[in-house]
Amino acid sequence: MKMTLFALLAVLAAPVAHAVEYQTVLPKQSSIGFEFRQMGVPVKGGFKRFATQMAFDPAKPEAARAQIEIDLASIDAGSPEADEESAGKLWFNRSVYPKATFVSSQIRALGNNRYEMRGTLTLKGRSRDMIVPVTYTPGKNAATFDGGFVLKRLDFGIGEGMWADIATVANEVKVKFRIAATGK
Amino acid sequence: MSAVMRYSAPAIVLHWLMALLIFAGFPLGLTMVDLPLSPDKLKLYSYHKWIGVTLLMLVAIRLSWRLTHTPPPLPASVAVWQRRASAIVHGLLYLLMIAIPLSGWLMSSAKGFQTVWFGVLPLPDLVGKDKALGDLLAEVHKVLNFTLLGLVVLHVGAALQHHFIERQPFLQRMGWGKKERT
Repeated sequence: MKMTLFALLAVLAAPVAHAVEYQTVLPKQSSIGFEFRQMGVPVKGGFKRFATQMAFDPAKPEAARAQIEIDLASIDAGSPEADEESAGKLWFNRSVYPKATFVSSQIRALGNNRYEMRGTLTLKGRSRDMIVPVTYTPGKNAATFDGGFVLKRLDFGIGEGMWADIATVANEVKVKFRIAATGK
Repeated sequence: MSAVMRYSAPAIVLHWLMALLIFAGFPLGLTMVDLPLSPDKLKLYSYHKWIGVTLLMLVAIRLSWRLTHTPPPLPASVAVWQRRASAIVHGLLYLLMIAIPLSGWLMSSAKGFQTVWFGVLPLPDLVGKDKALGDLLAEVHKVLNFTLLGLVVLHVGAALQHHFIERQPFLQRMGWGKKERT
C-alpha cells in the first residue's frame, strides 16, 4: 500500500518537477535579423538591442505569451550609410517612433516542438497582425525559440516617397529571430 | 599605297566594345560615390558593377584571343623605344583591365554587398564582410582607375600622334575608316 502511494505521488509529482516555464531571456544568445533584396542583391541586417518578455511552458503552450520591444537605433541595415538613412522620416522616422513592438495574442502547438504564434507587430505607428511559426528546442541550460516571417515593408510605411519603389528595394523583408531563455 | 595591316575583326570589336564600356563605367563610378543615398544611387551602383563584370568577362575572351592571334606588325617608322613603350603600355592596360573589375568585385563583397550581374547572376563573395578591407579595396580600385586613365591618355595620344603627325595609317589598324587595299 505504501509502495502504491509512493508510486502515485511520484506520478503526480513528475510533471510538476519537470515542467519548466521559460521566462528569463538571455540577450547575448538571442538575435533578430532580417534580409531584403536591393537591386536583386540580398542584404542582411539586424537589431542589436531588444527587450523580450516571455513565459512559455511546453506543457501549457496555449498560456504562453511573448512581447518584444526593439530599439530601432540599434539597427544594422547593411552599411553605415543605410543605418543613417533608416532613421529618417521616409524610413522608420525614429525620432517619433523609436521602437518596434511585437505582442503575442495566441500560441498554438502544431506538434514536434513547432508552434504557431499570432500577434501584433507595430512599426512606425502602424499595427499588423502576423502569424509567426516558432520552433522550440529544449537545451541543457537554455531553450531556444527560432522563428521567422516575411513582412511587407510598405504595410508599415517603411520606405516612403522615392523609396516606395519596390523595384529598387524589395517590399518583402524576411525576419528571423532566435530567443534563448532559461526557466525556473 | 602600302597595305594597311589591321587587327582581326574580333580583336577590333572587343577593343571598341571595351573602350565604350570603360568610358561609361569610369565617370559613372566617379559620380555615384558622391551622391546621397537614394534609389537612383543604388541603381547607378548596380549599373557600374554590371559594366565591370561585363568588362571582366570580355577581357578574358580578349586575352585568350590576343594570346592565340598575332597582332599586325607596327610600321617600320616606329622607333625601337616606342615599340618597347607600346609593349609595356599594352601589357599594363591588360593587367588593369583585369585588376580593376576584380578589385571592384572584392570591394563589393568586403562592403557586404554581393555582386549580382544584371540582378540575375550572383558572383561568389570571395572575401567576407570586412570594413577595413572594404575601405582598402576602395582605395586600390580608385588608384588603379586613375592609373588606367593615365595609360589611356598615353595610348590614345600615341595612336593619334602616329596617325596625324607621322601620317601613318594608325587608326585603320583598329578598324577606323575604310579597309584600304594595295
